[in-house]
Amino acid sequence: MDSADDSAPEPRHLASTVDQAMKILIVGAFGVGKTTLVESVSEIAPLRTEETITRASAGVDDLAGIEGKTSTTVAMDFGRITLNSRMALYLFGAPGQRRFWDLWEGLVTGAIGLLVVVDTRRLEDSFDVLDQLDLRGLPFAVAVNHFPDSAGHDDADLRDALDLLPETPLVHLDARSRDSSTQALIALVQYAARLKAQEKVA
Amino acid sequence: MSGPGRGPVRPYVLTGGRARPRHRLSVETLLETVDAGGAGLPVTAGRHEQMLWRLCRHRLSVAETAAHLDLPVSVVTILACDLIEAGHLTTRSQAPQVELPDLDTLQEVLDGLRRRLSA
Repeated sequence: MDSADDSAPEPRHLASTVDQAMKILIVGAFGVGKTTLVESVSEIAPLRTEETITRASAGVDDLAGIEGKTSTTVAMDFGRITLNSRMALYLFGAPGQRRFWDLWEGLVTGAIGLLVVVDTRRLEDSFDVLDQLDLRGLPFAVAVNHFPDSAGHDDADLRDALDLLPETPLVHLDARSRDSSTQALIALVQYAARLKAQEKVA
Repeated sequence: MSGPGRGPVRPYVLTGGRARPRHRLSVETLLETVDAGGAGLPVTAGRHEQMLWRLCRHRLSVAETAAHLDLPVSVVTILACDLIEAGHLTTRSQAPQVELPDLDTLQEVLDGLRRRLSA
């Protein structure tokens, strides 16, 4: 009856033993390699969904006399990793631009943390995102995605340019490689675990 | 874009005008169909509710159902809440925590990720 659905590929369901779902957000500027990373590590073909952010409009978006709301549609690419018989990890790629920050609020609740993907050819695209994460106190790690024409950078220089705290993990990434992408995720989870351990001590 | 969720039908029509979900569902919340007595959904259920119900006969996250149905997450959330309330759907994972996950959970994630590295 629904011809469009009958032709759609059968979704890959989770095992019936999986009863815990974790998530990590992958954020970064457009074209920085978020989707490539998700594709490299995901056990399912990456899926895309859309979310609408509605908020009270402010400033330039106001139409005279209309108490309005603005809606922005955000496409998120995401993937899935079954970690063991009872736990799945979802990876959500979310755009880093300022107008999408409201989306993070909902997404980040309960997340392990955020992996900020950075392109050294356009470092300045990441400044806003990093400032915002610092401000909100969200656990994040920075993954520098290397493109063939990326120049080599010294870690100290990168940390300096991105104004990273000494404890913030900085890893180098080839988003096309499953191992490299998995290592970047591991660095983030290790950092989250360190933060959690400190929280216990404090 | 084409697909069952696109076209002239506006999201608020699909959700019967409701805008706010009543259950706490997140993008990663796992859903599964409840089919008490194999009776299926009442014939009054909408097309998208039927599709969601069929899709969740095995475990899937809210985000995955949204992607497969080609509907926004916010719309699927409302449809899922209706089905949960009526006893036709249930959640199979805990509601999202506000805090960082606990250490044991993070260790489990780390172990799972490390197992995926090639030797």
